[in-house]
Amino acid sequence: MDIRFRIRRYNPEAGRHKPYWQEFTLGDVEPTQRVLELLHRVKWEQDGTLAFRRSCSSGICGSDAMRINGRNALACKLLARDVGPKIQVEPILGLRVIKDLIVDMEPFLAHYRQVLPWFVNDGPLPADGRERLQAQEDKDLITDSTNCILCAACTTSCPSFWANGEYVGPAAIVQAHRFLFDTRDTGDEARLEALGAPDGVWRCRTIFNCTPACPRGIEVTRAIGEVKLAVRKGSTAGIIDPATIKQQH
Amino acid sequence: MQTHQFDALIVGAGGAGLMAALYASQGGAQVAVVSKLYPTRSHTGAALGGIGAALGNHEEDRPEWHMYDTVKGGDWLADQDAVRVLGEEAVDAVIELEHMGLPFDRSSEGRISQRRFGGHTSNFGEKAVRRACHSADRTGHMILQTLYQQCLRNEVRFFDEYQVVDLLLNRNVACGAVAIKLGSGEFHCFNAKATLFATGGWGRVWQVTSNAHSLTGDGTAIFLRRGLPLEDMEFYQFHPTGLYGLGVLLTEGIRGEGGVLLNRHGERFMERYAPTIKDLASRDVVSRSMYLELRDGKGIRGADYLHLDIRPETVNRYLAEAGETRRIDEDFIARNLAETLEVCRVYAGVDPLREPMPVQPTAHYAMGGIPTNVDAEVIVDAAGRVLPGLYAAGEVACVSCHGANRLGTNSLVDLVVFGRRGGKRIAEFVRGADLVPPPMDAGEEVKAEFERIRNSAGGSRPGQLRSALQDEMMTHVGVFRTEEGMSVGRDAVLDLRQRFLQDLGIDDRGHVFNTDLMEAWELGCLLDTALVTAESALARKESRGAHSREDFRERDDDNWMVHTLVSSQAGGLVTEQLELSLNHDKPVDRSLEAEDERFAPKERVY
Repeated sequence: MDIRFRIRRYNPEAGRHKPYWQEFTLGDVEPTQRVLELLHRVKWEQDGTLAFRRSCSSGICGSDAMRINGRNALACKLLARDVGPKIQVEPILGLRVIKDLIVDMEPFLAHYRQVLPWFVNDGPLPADGRERLQAQEDKDLITDSTNCILCAACTTSCPSFWANGEYVGPAAIVQAHRFLFDTRDTGDEARLEALGAPDGVWRCRTIFNCTPACPRGIEVTRAIGEVKLAVRKGSTAGIIDPATIKQQH
Repeated sequence: MQTHQFDALIVGAGGAGLMAALYASQGGAQVAVVSKLYPTRSHTGAALGGIGAALGNHEEDRPEWHMYDTVKGGDWLADQDAVRVLGEEAVDAVIELEHMGLPFDRSSEGRISQRRFGGHTSNFGEKAVRRACHSADRTGHMILQTLYQQCLRNEVRFFDEYQVVDLLLNRNVACGAVAIKLGSGEFHCFNAKATLFATGGWGRVWQVTSNAHSLTGDGTAIFLRRGLPLEDMEFYQFHPTGLYGLGVLLTEGIRGEGGVLLNRHGERFMERYAPTIKDLASRDVVSRSMYLELRDGKGIRGADYLHLDIRPETVNRYLAEAGETRRIDEDFIARNLAETLEVCRVYAGVDPLREPMPVQPTAHYAMGGIPTNVDAEVIVDAAGRVLPGLYAAGEVACVSCHGANRLGTNSLVDLVVFGRRGGKRIAEFVRGADLVPPPMDAGEEVKAEFERIRNSAGGSRPGQLRSALQDEMMTHVGVFRTEEGMSVGRDAVLDLRQRFLQDLGIDDRGHVFNTDLMEAWELGCLLDTALVTAESALARKESRGAHSREDFRERDDDNWMVHTLVSSQAGGLVTEQLELSLNHDKPVDRSLEAEDERFAPKERVY
């Protein structure tokens, strides 16, 4: 099949200082080829100046989140047959564009750091020198949120984030969820305080864009809802009903 | 050139780099981590099935059994002092990861859950053992996230999207590295007392690979160009189960949970090649068996792929046949192999719960690399002389705990164990060391090379050269090798290298995120790394582990229980002729064998 690409370009060093659309046509495209492969074909065969991030090409590193036909996705996880013969690609929204499809990730990562995204338990370690014990059912409370790869697809699909870049955003809240509901972690107090701040979890208006945007299938809006309850209660106890945790197939 | 000063510079932010950074900083060192990607995008995150440690949470296990499996898996080329450290410290390191918050799956007692994996056995090869500690089939992702989080907590300084392009040496002491800030194209000098390379592998040398686009052999090429030796570059592992056509990895954990490989006749062919542990034989053995099946016309529908079957009815039938009581169901697969289901559904349109997965061997892991001792200190000759201030860990290093073939899960063990040792050693070293200034001409040569590439206007596009290289290496320096084929491959690489130096042409002349320029520079690293791979492989006239020669089919312990050291005599960063010299004087450490004769080399059967 043939593919018509429409790609949002921006080069701060070129004469034209404004973003613009550029079209490319690719022949002999297999329906099973990834959009990332097609972008590589444009870059390698037609225009080496096209800039985008990528690494693993199999949906685990989170480098190539972009807006494809109006929806956030990882370019390596969408196939040609999923998007059809016309593909429009632009950078994810809400972060400053540096060049072509590359945006400034620093504000996103600053929000991530804001929720203290690290395991805290300074209590004594088990006397036998072994692992802390945890029931599988307790670990399952965070299985979904530990899946996050920080690709920013959720945060940059969120109208509340577009409206106010100070909002920590869905990804940071999912990361906080991973620690808040980890039965081994003891750092809830500081984390709940950070999330209860004006630019914390209450900026979420439950618009639900984040959930379908997540390339890892995380129930982002649900995680945010659970964090809201925890902030309101000042505790994470009894918030998640284990019976409602989704089965992954 | 902007200069930064730190006690310790860590190049690369995968598991080994982050582990080293964490322990160096906990030891009081001021640490900078420089990475061409954001740290959480490093390829450690793609490791799936588990990390091996003899915790014995389900059945009896011992570190010495892990050591034995590692030595045997490595076809008796592994240095046994390193294997001892690996086996002994694996347990402790995994427990530490749990203490750092890593969300492992749990056994019914709430301990870390473990599964079977290729080549891991109890009691010196008797039967498969549950040794791989896992978090579903995304263990590497969890390790990477956990280490990054702990580094943030420990206030390690990160320089994200800075790509290291040269190593700084001053009078034979390492004093840092030169990096390009990708966002601006500026060169930065990182001046440090200790420099650790943890830049990962070079799977992109081959056409079908599980490796990320970023794995281009930067570390090996930089060392080679600075006149430092590389070890055992001929040993490169092809993982048996890459998704057909794409090479994306399907974890060995699938077979660990009971999945089987089938040919076009539906035959579980590994029963013929490895009667005891069958599909869980070591990776080199399974990949070769698959090639032999394909060569025999037993590929699915006559094509060059086979089936990997994890459907409960298939697995349970074989479990029953083996007299085992364990059974699996769809929920079990969905819970434990979630990533596998997702990858197959997205990329192959195959639902592993309903039909078998199409697989072919895929270039996966470098056993060779920068030679180090067990404290991650870089060594520069067969006698083990250390270059002060220089360290390496993880896949780019060759300690050598994997020998001629790495066992599944041992990559993660390697990076946490030796990353940690490197970090601790660095913390000690920097306390007593002075900061050596960079040489006067620091960065000049590499800047000139980048200007050459930036302004290149020849007829050979980097993409063209790269795909030609990957084809040649896949065909001639892959799973099965011959003198004739490898010579053709080597000559082709030399020819491509000439075109890279004389006829390269790129489009982007800019400075901000010039990925055209960076990809072209990385291509140069791939070419140099491929060349030393081919030359090292040509020189080793035996078959051992992943290095399998059809013209020398047997392992030759009398002549070849030695490591290969290859270095370039030409000097200078990029030269027309890389004058390579090979040395085979570095003997294999056999300290475990000296204590216990069960470690002595013998025929390798599974």
